[in-house]
Amino acid sequence: MTISKPPPDISVIPDQGDVLELEPIISAASRRRHVPRWLRRTAGPLLLLALWQVLSSTGVLEPDILASPGTIARAGKELIADGTLPSAMLVSLQRVALGLVFGVLAGTALALVSGLSRLGEDLVDASVQMLRTVPWVGLIPLFIIWLGIGEAPKIALISLGVAFHLYLNVYAGIRGVDEQLIEAGTSLGLSRWGLVRHVVLPGALPGAMTGLRYSLATAWLALVFSEQINADDGIGFVMNQAREFFRTDVIVVCLVVYAFLGLTADIVVRTLERLLLQWRPTFTGK
Amino acid sequence: MATDLHRQVIRPAGQKTDRKPDRPGTGTGTGTGTGTGAGTAVRVEGLTRAFDGRAVIDRLDLDIRPGEFTALLGRSGCGKSTLLRVLAGLDREVEGSVLVPRRRAVAFQSPRLMPWKPVWRNVLLGLPGHPDRAVAEQALEEVGLGHRSGAWPKTLSGGEAQRASLARALVREPDLLLLDEPFGALDALTRITAQRLVAELWQRRGCAVLLVTHDVDEALLLADRALVMENGVIAHDNPVALPRPRDPGDPRFAELRSRLLDQLGVDNHPAAQAA
Repeated sequence: MTISKPPPDISVIPDQGDVLELEPIISAASRRRHVPRWLRRTAGPLLLLALWQVLSSTGVLEPDILASPGTIARAGKELIADGTLPSAMLVSLQRVALGLVFGVLAGTALALVSGLSRLGEDLVDASVQMLRTVPWVGLIPLFIIWLGIGEAPKIALISLGVAFHLYLNVYAGIRGVDEQLIEAGTSLGLSRWGLVRHVVLPGALPGAMTGLRYSLATAWLALVFSEQINADDGIGFVMNQAREFFRTDVIVVCLVVYAFLGLTADIVVRTLERLLLQWRPTFTGK
Repeated sequence: MATDLHRQVIRPAGQKTDRKPDRPGTGTGTGTGTGTGAGTAVRVEGLTRAFDGRAVIDRLDLDIRPGEFTALLGRSGCGKSTLLRVLAGLDREVEGSVLVPRRRAVAFQSPRLMPWKPVWRNVLLGLPGHPDRAVAEQALEEVGLGHRSGAWPKTLSGGEAQRASLARALVREPDLLLLDEPFGALDALTRITAQRLVAELWQRRGCAVLLVTHDVDEALLLADRALVMENGVIAHDNPVALPRPRDPGDPRFAELRSRLLDQLGVDNHPAAQAA
């Protein structure tokens, strides 16, 4: 077979005109904007704050409805100066911390029992799943009857919310561990406890961390609920008092404090995640 | 010497073993493996494994000598991986008698490294006592991965992860090394390197190897013996008496290949069939 076509004559291609337009592939490093990450992350909230101040200053937003950021800042300063806020914060933090400790212990222990053994699953899981459907806020009256109106019902309520979330996520984490890795561990001669320590628990850690974040959110929620009822100190109490006097600025200060505490807790968990889950081959965003 | 190396999979007897001192031929011999070691590394008698009443392994008998490199071939679903899992002690829903060395190690088709442990911790995982990192590094060095000992598994390439998994198996100094299609997921070039590595390691360590594969050439390149599994039993047992290193261009190699393909039921003479 012969070649019927002559090679294309490249000498006649014009210099301009039909020439293909080429575009460079820009490296990801140069495409990234050079604004630091933290600045980009704070810009959004700051803009929102500025908008709020503008609306308040122009009278669109009346102080009876919502105080301006300036007024709120002043109220905050006062509350800090006379010691009301720090002592209230301390009390509230203590409640959350105790509730978290009990809730985390109970939730994790139950999840381990039902996650690791078939018998435990049969005994524990059904009961927990059943109790979980009861809205835990609805238990407040019962808790007050059982535990009085002191610290106990508040801590119990927080523990309950925390324990359910953690239980579900740790249990799912344990049951989501790759069977192939368990098998590999068995073939390497790991004992049952060795399997739990080296394979099951590390594998359940991502689930547990998710559970912890949910738990923290629930803990603050439970705190707000329990402090609205029969509290004589704590942030919720300060808030209730402010309501009586239509002090929207103080209410917002308390909300800001709640948010701030929640944010701090989230940062702690994020740091934990970064340290404990650095092995994870997951998508981290572009 | 041989008998106290073994224990029953079904009822563990838990005898303490000594290192097996004998080595296989240096690799230039006829390929029947050990020189001095009489006895067996694996003895299987009347093994049956059924899934929902269907016997995948049906009264199977198998002996493997210490230091022998055995390849197990078979069509997909013939039960060869199940047999390997039984020998590894991972599948105990069996009938019959299975004797295997206490010290055995498995390398699976996927590396199965714990993603939450750096490579060297993966290698040491399950070893008794608290062995030093140097122990892991030595094993990693042997598979050419010494420089990655501190890396996370997610940063390894496919071939590297497979070598790490091999190091993890070897650090146990097994008397029986079970390889379940360990090269299956590797690309063609990496596979050749990995096959050479396994051949080298086998010659150095002198352990019995059972390689489950569906690649006839791979079996003939590496093994002393090529078994073909069919209908739940070892249907064919072919000694591979070729000098090492082996050359796929060798006419004896080609003859064995076509024999194995015949046994596997692959029609490898289309022209002859058509005539």
